[in-house]
Amino acid sequence: MQEEVQKISNTKIGDIYLSMKGITKVYGNGVLANNQVDFEVRKGEIHALMGENGAGKSTLMKVLFGNELPDAGTITLDGKEVTIDSPKTAVALGIGMVYQHFNLADSLTIAENIVVGSEPNEGVFFDRDNAIKIVNSLAERYGFNVKADELVRNISVCQKQKTEILKILFRDSQLIILDEPTAVLTPQETDELFEQLKMLKDNGYTIIFISHKIDEVMRLCDRVTIMRAGRHMGTYDISDLTARDISRLMVGRDVIQNIEKPDHPMGKTVLKVDELNFYDKHNVHVVNNMSFCLHKGEILGVAGVEGSGQKEMSEIITGLLPPFSGKVFFEGEDITEEDIAGRRKHGMSHIHEDRMTYGAAMNESIEENLISIRNEDPDLGSKLFLDRKKIRSLAEDLIKRFSVLCKSPDVPVKMLSGGNMQKVVVARELSVSPKVIIANQPTRGIDVGAVELIHKTLIEARENDCGVLLITSDLNEVLDLSDSLIVLHGGKIVGYFRDVKKLTEEELGLYMLGLKEQSEAEIREAVADED
Amino acid sequence: MRISQRFTIIRTVLAIAIALAVAIGIIFLVSKSPVEAIIYFITGPVKKFSRLMNVVEMMLPLLFTGLSLSLIQRTGVFNLASEGCFFIGGAVAGLFAVKLNLPKVIDPMVCITIGGLVGMICMLIPAVCRLKFGASEVVSSLMMNYVLMYLGLIMIRVFVRNPDTGQLQSLDFQEQARLSILIPKTRVHTGLLVAAALVIIFWVYLFKSRWGYRMRMTGSNPGYSKYSGINNTKSILIGQALAGLACGIGGACEVLGLYQSFKWLALPGYGFDGVIIASLAQNNPILVPIGAFFLAYIRVGADIMTRMTDVQNEIVSIIQGVVIVLLSARAFLGNWEKREIVREATANAEGGDKT
Repeated sequence: MQEEVQKISNTKIGDIYLSMKGITKVYGNGVLANNQVDFEVRKGEIHALMGENGAGKSTLMKVLFGNELPDAGTITLDGKEVTIDSPKTAVALGIGMVYQHFNLADSLTIAENIVVGSEPNEGVFFDRDNAIKIVNSLAERYGFNVKADELVRNISVCQKQKTEILKILFRDSQLIILDEPTAVLTPQETDELFEQLKMLKDNGYTIIFISHKIDEVMRLCDRVTIMRAGRHMGTYDISDLTARDISRLMVGRDVIQNIEKPDHPMGKTVLKVDELNFYDKHNVHVVNNMSFCLHKGEILGVAGVEGSGQKEMSEIITGLLPPFSGKVFFEGEDITEEDIAGRRKHGMSHIHEDRMTYGAAMNESIEENLISIRNEDPDLGSKLFLDRKKIRSLAEDLIKRFSVLCKSPDVPVKMLSGGNMQKVVVARELSVSPKVIIANQPTRGIDVGAVELIHKTLIEARENDCGVLLITSDLNEVLDLSDSLIVLHGGKIVGYFRDVKKLTEEELGLYMLGLKEQSEAEIREAVADED
Repeated sequence: MRISQRFTIIRTVLAIAIALAVAIGIIFLVSKSPVEAIIYFITGPVKKFSRLMNVVEMMLPLLFTGLSLSLIQRTGVFNLASEGCFFIGGAVAGLFAVKLNLPKVIDPMVCITIGGLVGMICMLIPAVCRLKFGASEVVSSLMMNYVLMYLGLIMIRVFVRNPDTGQLQSLDFQEQARLSILIPKTRVHTGLLVAAALVIIFWVYLFKSRWGYRMRMTGSNPGYSKYSGINNTKSILIGQALAGLACGIGGACEVLGLYQSFKWLALPGYGFDGVIIASLAQNNPILVPIGAFFLAYIRVGADIMTRMTDVQNEIVSIIQGVVIVLLSARAFLGNWEKREIVREATANAEGGDKT
């Protein structure tokens, strides 16, 4: 059985515990993610690491956790210089990390996921009862409300995160890294997490909290290190800074712009989804009787905790996934049986949430990534052949319009930053003047500049009478952009709001968590609005 | 891109150089007169016109299979039936060359076309099995090669066996079925023109046509092309069909150009050589002749060396092996490339700061 011995540390509370000096990291595609970054953390503090998407926070933490080797720089931990060449070494040194995307085995229980690697055993056999006992006592000690014998597949995102944190505590890590832990949580779940983190801090743990949400950092953290474009912009006591200071240090300009959205009248129904159902391979009802209408010139937001059926829903609508039952109508015409090419010909565009797997061919040039959905377009050549000159001028035009930062249209997409990659995807999908855009997480993981441009583009499309289905787990985005809104929970539509202006973030959080649910009749309004 | 393009070329050239160096090292170890052997090996093929023409002859079948593999490797379905398709194309063309009696010019064209079509159908079998039933194309195509070889031999035995010979071979082809000689006093036949035409057709198909674009996207990222509305199955099958066509035509040209009757008893090995050539050519049809020339050159050079000195021509296999290992080793020169990338990225960042 695992002995619970605290690792003896030479560092007293308040002294420097971790020091990274001059860290430089360049990725194989030439992206300079960290440029001479210094980073220091004191024992027993909650230290925020802030910066925009693409500022290099995650890379710095990957270096610390041994996922990436730095090209230059040193790491000193607990007074000793260390080389961290793998996560295994990092764990042995007492560092634990919770990724944005969890690393859990779905088919095992919470307890099994936590003890894996140093399982309690009886002779050569795994002692399951003991594992459950250990995990339960650990969870109790820090006030984590989890059931150790539950299968990970059946638990919520928030519980998965707790499992990840318990995994780290079980391994006796003194330094806990949390990579944007609140991105997947509702406001209520976030509050709970913060309580637990403060408790861990009181128990002498050191926590690095990666985030780009200023209000959360001001509520939770003691000190903050800010990064911009791969560089260290300074480390400050939170009490010395205002939200405005932080925003200026992060973005390099004063205020984050508000979204300007002129009023626009809604037109006729362009997309209608009727009683869609889908079961995944574990027989989970991931799309549960969904029905709604999208109108011309409307941005219909789809809010919900990630994994509430958004992905399956959008793939069914766009033809990547066949539904178990239900129908999809485009301008009144049943397109349920049509293939992807057919749906695209009707005027449906799709921004897939996974731009690496579906959104682009990484090894191909920007130009070739801009024309895939119009490979049959008569404007781009003769019946059999493509006209390079026409493609080039189209590509140059789109690159300019969407301000894609690149040397030429011949550059392979994999050389671009996440934001520019996404601009290529959005440019392609909007270049065909679609009647409907299914935009699934269109701004996830990209820099503020690209986010702004994509928001503007979607609003412009709406003004051109395009119907936009905006699926996002970013609360601010969905509230700022949408005209009306549906909320998903566990594959079901639990709320429909014809006018988003009347909805608050807290209220939306309750629906997302499944704590509140509208009546059948209210939800039916999502379809009843058809005209 | 500039860096990675540059490194692709450096990597290829260096792989060849290292392979040659290894070969030379071995020659020094095994030969009593190493310097002489090396001179024969390296300059032998260009010393005489006839030897240079031997290189061209050797190149011919390699062109066809190299073209074939340059498409195959771009579809993302690694079908290795080129070997069997080349064989069956030759066997079927041989069968018709004995049986048919059509006017001059038309006769070989018909034989080659039939050989090509049979090669095409045979290439499609493992591809369809992959796409429809999920059968691993590598396994099924390798097995397919033996099926095709024995099928070809049975056809020859049953329909056109020459009863007067002890060894299995076909009756003589009709005189007008044979391909005419292109360059007098050599064995370079009009199959060379067919190959040249295919090089251009394949290049146009791949980089100019809509089908080729769709196939490249499918091979590059099938998820992306599917999402874009491209029919992946269709574009893979078109690519594989063209690849099979090239193999079948190649086998037919080889048989009708070099022999009076069908004499192959085993797989000639050109199909697998296609993998080396296509890799050297970066799967670009227009570069396939260069890859084929390289391989043919070292083979002819090694032959000359074997005839003139005490070194065996197995040395060629060593060179091929080393080249392939180095070309497919993605980390080869990886550190150097990474350092270059780091230097450029940091230099750019410094420059960017001043503005």
